[in-house]
Amino acid sequence: MNRRALIALALLSAALMLLPWFANSYVLSVATLILFFAFAGQAWNVMMGFCGQLSLGHSLYVGVGAYASAGLFMHYGIGPWAGVWLAISLCVALGCLIGFLAFRFGISGVYFALLTIAFCEFTRIGFDHLQWLGGPGGLFLKVAQRDTIDIANFRGPPAMYYYAILALTAGALALCTWLLKSRAGFYWQAIRENEEAAQALGINTFRWKMLAVAISSAMTAVAGVFYAFYYNNLFPEQIFHISRSIEIILGPVIGGVGTLFGPILGAVVLTLLADGITELLAAIGVEVPGIKQVFYGIVLLAVVMFLPHGIWPALARKLGFARSEDAHGDSGSGATASAATSARKEAS
Amino acid sequence: MTWDLVANVLIAGLLTGMVYGLMALGLSVIFGVVRVVNFAHGEMMTIAMYAAVILFAGFKLDPFFAVLPVAAAFFVFGYGLQAGLINPFITRPEHSQFMLLVAVAMIMVNGLLMTFGPDARNVQVDYQLESIELGRLLIDKARLFAAGLALLTAGALAGFFRFTRTGKAIRACADNHLGALVIGLNVKHLYALTFGIGAACVAVAGCMMVLLVDVTPSLGPSYTLLAFITVIVGGLGSMPGAIIGGILIGMSEALAGLLIAPSAKSMFSFGLLILVLLFRPQGLLGKKQ
Amino acid sequence: MSAQPVLLEVSHLSKSFRGLKAVHNVSFAVPAQGVVALIGPNGAGKTTCFNLIAGTFAPDSGAVHLGGTSLTGMRSDQACKAGIGRTYQVVKPFPDMTVEENVMVGALNRAGNVAQARHAAADVLKLVHLDKKSHIRAAHLTLPERKRLEVARALATQPKILLLDEVMAGLRPTEVDQIVAVFRRVNQETGLAILFVEHVMRAVMALAHTVVVLHHGELIARGTPAEVVRDPRVIESYLGAEAVDG
Repeated sequence: MNRRALIALALLSAALMLLPWFANSYVLSVATLILFFAFAGQAWNVMMGFCGQLSLGHSLYVGVGAYASAGLFMHYGIGPWAGVWLAISLCVALGCLIGFLAFRFGISGVYFALLTIAFCEFTRIGFDHLQWLGGPGGLFLKVAQRDTIDIANFRGPPAMYYYAILALTAGALALCTWLLKSRAGFYWQAIRENEEAAQALGINTFRWKMLAVAISSAMTAVAGVFYAFYYNNLFPEQIFHISRSIEIILGPVIGGVGTLFGPILGAVVLTLLADGITELLAAIGVEVPGIKQVFYGIVLLAVVMFLPHGIWPALARKLGFARSEDAHGDSGSGATASAATSARKEAS
Repeated sequence: MTWDLVANVLIAGLLTGMVYGLMALGLSVIFGVVRVVNFAHGEMMTIAMYAAVILFAGFKLDPFFAVLPVAAAFFVFGYGLQAGLINPFITRPEHSQFMLLVAVAMIMVNGLLMTFGPDARNVQVDYQLESIELGRLLIDKARLFAAGLALLTAGALAGFFRFTRTGKAIRACADNHLGALVIGLNVKHLYALTFGIGAACVAVAGCMMVLLVDVTPSLGPSYTLLAFITVIVGGLGSMPGAIIGGILIGMSEALAGLLIAPSAKSMFSFGLLILVLLFRPQGLLGKKQ
Repeated sequence: MSAQPVLLEVSHLSKSFRGLKAVHNVSFAVPAQGVVALIGPNGAGKTTCFNLIAGTFAPDSGAVHLGGTSLTGMRSDQACKAGIGRTYQVVKPFPDMTVEENVMVGALNRAGNVAQARHAAADVLKLVHLDKKSHIRAAHLTLPERKRLEVARALATQPKILLLDEVMAGLRPTEVDQIVAVFRRVNQETGLAILFVEHVMRAVMALAHTVVVLHHGELIARGTPAEVVRDPRVIESYLGAEAVDG
């Protein structure tokens, strides 16, 4: 990262830390939502962006993570700090099951995506019949007094949740940065780019793909635990729904799959614009169900067609955060153009 | 639980399955030739169902007659979609194409939600309440006619691919893209034609389906998944496979609904998909890729 | 042949595809520090033989031994760990990664961490004259450059033997000479053994110590380049029976 980017990041971090002081509750809730999608998007990005395995059933892990921790809380009074470990274990086990079945049987690409959808749908219907966890009517967590902070049970004012998800997102960013620069990052990208060639270079592709799946599902499980204790109500139809899976991937796809800031930027852009549209329409008295999703679809379409590498790479170059040759900040400009730009950069 | 009940349920499932089969046939044709995974397939089906509803509500047009204009419109739409949106994407990585159609699907589903709202709609024709008696078996007339038209359409399609020049050209494209280009076939046009044909299949299936179930926008994603399950079980790229897959899914769904619980129907289908993907990804009649 | 110890031993290798014998009872050896070329007309079974050795698929019968260890039936990543470094006929770069990163992936095979891999990669890139392009994405390289990248990546894994699959195809004569010089240098300086499948005779004559000739899946001749080129069976296999008499 160059000096410019570091300064920008520092400023942004400061702004984010101070947000609860000068934002009203609505803005704070939007910010919390953005960070939730940023976090979940980063988790998905590990599997797809880094390692190239397309999961369209990621809400499975949000749901299982949420229900696991909520179930422990409701039925046994066990708080989320312990519950999160059950959530992670279950989701990692599930992810590894799906990964094992898929990779051992050579299922990849679209078939793999369909497999992930099938597992998620299967679980959704399963939870609809699980009365012990609320069934279709939903599972509701007792919402205690919100003014007092109860860290053990993760209860408190909205600002507490905001800082929690901010910490998670920042932590995820740090983790992903570290992973990308490590052996894992190199091996995952090699697998993503050309699995056969990667294997011929000594990479045990099965093991490394499983690692990506495990890390991704573990992170998403934590998102699920947050979800449970923030929203306090869980419905199988909602939390496991395929549109939730798609919402998770919208951020990274629009921001830039495989980049570090893409998922975060994507979540910001998407949530702000979507909210903006809903507010605008409400102001002129129009309240149409489904308009937000149509908007999501149009943005996704536009990005896939015109900015296949996402918004972040092009934006990063425009803002001078990345060298044009940066593998993660390049949107495929010609060799001559990049060579000229890097020559200019060396001269200045 | 009498044998009559089971038999009636199975027959109903079989007939519904044929309509599923036609829907899946459209998907199979599109994937088999153009190699595009049409993630918006179920949404297209749902649009067709709404079209039939509107034509019935507005013009009292029986879905069997509505088939003609709807299929024609869908053919044009499918052609345009492929030619305009998807053809430029042929060279892009697989997941890019997938995302494109995911976006289209989202726009379709929620467009329907915006236009029609979430409440269920249907058509109501006389013969929906009538049934044919065959001994102790009771067969719904509407279901029988729907299955009949589905089968007829599938047969016509098979004939098209087998006997007509254009059909053979399309099959050539599917077998060997480069070879087709070499002998001068206008591959882009043929791809668009194929997508149009696949869309027309969905149109017919949709018009028939609305006789059997109520339509809501949320059916879109469910039907997409169902179409994929059917095609994968039956075998990707195999036309008879799509129909047989549809019949199998229809019957097993009906049986699962009877023996377990109505809401568990799709759970069974997903379980089946998982098993097929793992142990026989080429499906019953598909070719190993 | 020479009294050099045998590094790669191919014994009675056979593979059929749906009844067609692609490779039948082929045996030969690559001595330590040796350079062996595998030639033959199209359809002779060279690429199949190559892939059997590299671990892309398993033979129906026969065995492959590298320095005494059996490679038969190993996955390609296991084969690499055992010392096989291979390139592909149709190059497979990692397009979205830089040249340096591409080679580092190979170097990580032996390197303990990313920093070591970066150093090792830098050395290899200098060897193949790609060091000036180390920060360019592989997608932007020309074909000859991609071939050199492919070789660099394989070299970075520190193999015991380098397997090259028609690496000269599509190169101009000057480019062929350049890359042959690189291979000769690597072989002479580090003692790396090389087995290469090739059609471009210019490279075969310049580089190989020994030439092995396949025809219809069987080994029909073996010897120095000069011997093989004059062998009537070899001439017949390439040019037909008339060429031998006339």
